[in-house]
Amino acid sequence: MKNLAVTLKKVKWKHFINYIAIALVIAIFTPLSLGGSLPLTSRLLLEKIAMNILLALSLSLVVGFLGELSLGHAGFMCIGAYLGGKVALLLETNFNGDNSIVPFILALIVGAAVAGLFGFIIGLPALRLKGDYLAIVTLAFGEIVKTVFENSSEGTFGGPKGLKTPRFDNIYLFIIGFFLVLLCIFIIQNLIRSKHGRAITAIRDNEIAARAMGINVTKYKLVGFIVSAAFAGAAGVFYSFANNYVRASVFDYNYSIEILIMVVIGGMGNLTGTICSAVAVTFVNTKLQTMLTGDLAVLKDIVYALILVVIIIYNNAPALKGFREKYNFRNLLNKLFKPKSSTDKDDEGAWHRVPTKIAMDEVLSIDLKVVESTMNPDKEDKS
Amino acid sequence: MDFVLTLVNGLSLGGIYAMIALGYTMVYGIAKMLNFAHGDIIMVGGYTVLIFLSINPILAIVASMIFCLLLGIVVEKVAYKPLRGASPLAVLITAIGVSYLLQSLALIIFGAQPEYVIIADLGVLNIGEISIGYNTIITLVSTVIIMIALTLFVKYTKIGRAMVAVSEDKDAARLMGININMIITITFAIGSSLAALAGVFSLLKVPTITPTYGSMPGIKAFTAAVIGGIGSIPGAMVGGIFLGIVECICNSIPELAPYTIAIEFLILIVILLVKPSGILGKKRREKV
Repeated sequence: MKNLAVTLKKVKWKHFINYIAIALVIAIFTPLSLGGSLPLTSRLLLEKIAMNILLALSLSLVVGFLGELSLGHAGFMCIGAYLGGKVALLLETNFNGDNSIVPFILALIVGAAVAGLFGFIIGLPALRLKGDYLAIVTLAFGEIVKTVFENSSEGTFGGPKGLKTPRFDNIYLFIIGFFLVLLCIFIIQNLIRSKHGRAITAIRDNEIAARAMGINVTKYKLVGFIVSAAFAGAAGVFYSFANNYVRASVFDYNYSIEILIMVVIGGMGNLTGTICSAVAVTFVNTKLQTMLTGDLAVLKDIVYALILVVIIIYNNAPALKGFREKYNFRNLLNKLFKPKSSTDKDDEGAWHRVPTKIAMDEVLSIDLKVVESTMNPDKEDKS
Repeated sequence: MDFVLTLVNGLSLGGIYAMIALGYTMVYGIAKMLNFAHGDIIMVGGYTVLIFLSINPILAIVASMIFCLLLGIVVEKVAYKPLRGASPLAVLITAIGVSYLLQSLALIIFGAQPEYVIIADLGVLNIGEISIGYNTIITLVSTVIIMIALTLFVKYTKIGRAMVAVSEDKDAARLMGININMIITITFAIGSSLAALAGVFSLLKVPTITPTYGSMPGIKAFTAAVIGGIGSIPGAMVGGIFLGIVECICNSIPELAPYTIAIEFLILIVILLVKPSGILGKKRREKV
């Protein structure tokens, strides 16, 4: 018994908090839904939440961990939605059983695989380009995908009118969505916490240094893009089942920005934060949709845009570094829950990760700064 | 004859792209950031013209240039300056946020329905069987004049040379006594007023405006700047004209017309992969 207690103490609960939270959601809402006491609106909301968590988590892998901006995330989703929907349509005639999960799974696999393949294709330019150029390539990719599906012939993908897809059985859909989320957390979390994940964050922090340390940049960048795109594709398949209608114009640039907002609000490179913000943003959006009508609906966008700018400046501005280190949400939490930090040292199982963010510029520019401060003492005041 | 007409159309559109790309390329060359809000400044310029149009068209154009110049400075000071020295990803996301903010503000002030902004009816010049709108001629002539003026400005004035210095090496420029922040602000001011002018020219061509009016031309102008070689002023002109002509040729072929945007972006991707420095750009080596 004592052994069990010690083991439980050694478990890093923060590694499991995501699984526990999602499992709780499934455990609470499944009986409610099966009992028929869950209204349709809540079910639709849950479906949307599951989809957005998937999208935000997958984008978080590229933006938060790989450190590249992808503005074409909706493009991957679009591919998943169309292909998944098409596969399900083709299979529908063969599977007439209402509760058959087979077409859904097959559609999911096809959608995710093809989106992943496109992730690979977009990952290829990522090897030569980065930053602004890569962002514009992903944006271009999203637009190209949208245009191609919009102009497809009616027989293949429905053309501008969109593709009508079979809606999967209502009651189970959100449960499947949350199981997908569990799978996504499992894969991304284990990828990030492994040797591979540390390689990916090393590339983010300094690509040249990472290369010099023998990290295969090509491989890890591609892995990041493929996994991210595959889950976006899965979210797309899920979308096509939840809406039983797929129209390319939905997956535009603004949709990609919406997902990006979720990732940024949750904290780039923080999976739990990303999940929380995906839930919160989806919830607020859905509630506001009924409350704000007409031009007032834009107020929400203004607030999101402001939040985006403020969060990024607060988190990244060099001038606010001291302030940030002093008043920090994490420090606050630590103070509240861990009054004495010395107890940590007794625990042999506890290991502390060395911060991967090495300020290379500071290390390399010391000489310059000395020269600057001796030669131009008043320079900083002017600027 | 049809082909010549397409070409003229392409020149007209290309002139507008070139004008936007000039602003883009200057900001990118000096501040090293992709200013996503640049396209939305075109939109703001267009709406400013709409407000002042009832007084006087010339006044409206001047007012929109001044307003956009101030807006460019404010955006730079408030949103981009605090992030100088931060990671490029942060700056990029902020720029997207600013762009989103400007669009939403325009949407709440002016509404989503298109507004008609008829600045002036300039008429058409007939040469034989070809008729060229005077707006095309004005656009092209002013773009060329501005391009030459900017090149001379960068080469021969003190501020212009300081700009080159900042774009080459910020730290060295600082050590030479150049006020980097001021130079970047000036760049944003020039770029934004050029964006306003581009807005005026595109309103002369198609007199409707919506809150999302600037985002697509903005992205296409960035494409143009990349094709021409980012940071190069004549490159922006070449890239803009090239893209305008490609767009009009694609639009004139019925089978290709729906895919015009896809083709343009495909060209962008190919150029970025094959020759990221563009047609007239210089190659840069990456340093640690």
